[in-house]
Amino acid sequence: MSDTPFQPHLSQHEILPQTEQDNESTPTRRAFMGVAAAAGLCYIGAMAYPIYRYLASPAEMAANQTAVSEVTLKDAHKLPAASALMFKFGSSPAMLIHGADGSWVAFSAVCTHLGCTVQFEPQMNRIHCACHGGVYDPHTGKNVSGPPPQPLKAFKVNVAVDSVTVSRA
Amino acid sequence: MVAYLYNWLDERLGLTEIIAFAQHKTVPTHKQSFWYYWGGISLFLFLIQVFTGILLLVYYRPGAEAFESVRQITYVMHFGWLIRSAHSWSANLFIFAILVHMFSVYFMKAYRKPREIGWFTGIALLFLGALFGFSGYLLPMDELSYFATKVGLQIPASLPFLGPFTATILRGGPDVSEFTVQRFFALHVVVLPLLFLPLLGLHLYLVQKHGNALPPSELAKPASARKSIPFFPNFFQKDLAMWLISLNVLALLASVYPWDLGKQADALSPAPAGIHPEWYFMAPFHMLKILGNWLPGATGEVVGILLFTVGLALWVVIPLYDGENKASARGRIAHYFGLFAVTALLVTTALGYWGIR
Repeated sequence: MSDTPFQPHLSQHEILPQTEQDNESTPTRRAFMGVAAAAGLCYIGAMAYPIYRYLASPAEMAANQTAVSEVTLKDAHKLPAASALMFKFGSSPAMLIHGADGSWVAFSAVCTHLGCTVQFEPQMNRIHCACHGGVYDPHTGKNVSGPPPQPLKAFKVNVAVDSVTVSRA
Repeated sequence: MVAYLYNWLDERLGLTEIIAFAQHKTVPTHKQSFWYYWGGISLFLFLIQVFTGILLLVYYRPGAEAFESVRQITYVMHFGWLIRSAHSWSANLFIFAILVHMFSVYFMKAYRKPREIGWFTGIALLFLGALFGFSGYLLPMDELSYFATKVGLQIPASLPFLGPFTATILRGGPDVSEFTVQRFFALHVVVLPLLFLPLLGLHLYLVQKHGNALPPSELAKPASARKSIPFFPNFFQKDLAMWLISLNVLALLASVYPWDLGKQADALSPAPAGIHPEWYFMAPFHMLKILGNWLPGATGEVVGILLFTVGLALWVVIPLYDGENKASARGRIAHYFGLFAVTALLVTTALGYWGIR
């Protein structure tokens, strides 16, 4: 920072107190520049690290949340057939589907194409992504048509007397 | 390659002219040169304010959630306490640095012709700086900031006619509330910067245009006896060294004495004991208090504000009174007026702090 590529232009004709030290090859000068550069890097590091951690805080918190392996949805067993319940699994959206045939399934609701939130359409018997028209099978989560490259991530579902528990498959 | 890039940029930006300008710019050196650094220190601290302010903006939420978001910044986000502490400390150091800058300019008579506008813009920047301080102080919405703002807005409210109206508009209602935080936030991060930055640009342009002022003691010497150093790189290096010292002082204060966050503001809880304004508002606060003892009721406040406004107005127009670069009775009167102002500020500040002990 303190050294500039244009310095040779600048100090030609001025009587500067420092011109006598301007000899680039003096070992003490080189040593000094080395120490100054190292100190500068230390300063930059000492400022950049807290700023990085500060900005990354929510990402870290989300990472802790996704460490969640199980979510219990109270009263979700009352969900009528042929309907879906949206909930958060950790930090990302997920859906619990009570099929018309009485089956229970749960998927991540994040489209595998570009990350929009998908929705269950019981009358069409499909999971649809409105962003780019991706379609998934509501029983298996398999990508049926449109751009999605992969099936929706499926969860394990356990229906109890007063709740439904969704856990990582 | 470097030469090619330089030529490409030079043709488009006129780098050579800028370098030639920097090369010819000199800064006087004499016994009082030390005071030349304080404008640069102020600028550096302002840049820190902008930088840490933007970082706080990442998590701060004005309005009803203000306290909760500052609590989050202070206790939940990694190093949030440090960034908030650096912002608060550099705000205080900034006000301190511009006060030192202002008084050194005053006593070195650097406001004289042709630098009058530099003085006026500087005062305007100080005034905006105080408003930055006042509006920023409320944003955490803890007990101290709540009562400080309540009391602070009571002062314009005591003025006849327009006073109560102004205070209500500033508050966004009859009392300090989440509406006050929201509009102080808009003031603090949008309105004030929009006013501050162009003024700062003009101020810095004028410094470049007229160069550093010589104090009367130097002007009295023949030109051949005056010494100067090139701005670039010599003075610039020293400026950077000052910035580094400021950074170290700030880092030390911000990390060793982290800025406190009080209890959440509650309109129903009584004011905490020993509550007092920030140090840079202590002098006017205490002067009002003294006058209030002599002239009880609203009269004291009005007379106080009047006296303070007159004093401030005289301070602002000093270049119009003492504008000629020669020793004169006016110059001496201005000097004594300055000494009186400094003494009054220091004494009332000290008395103010003495009173709350």
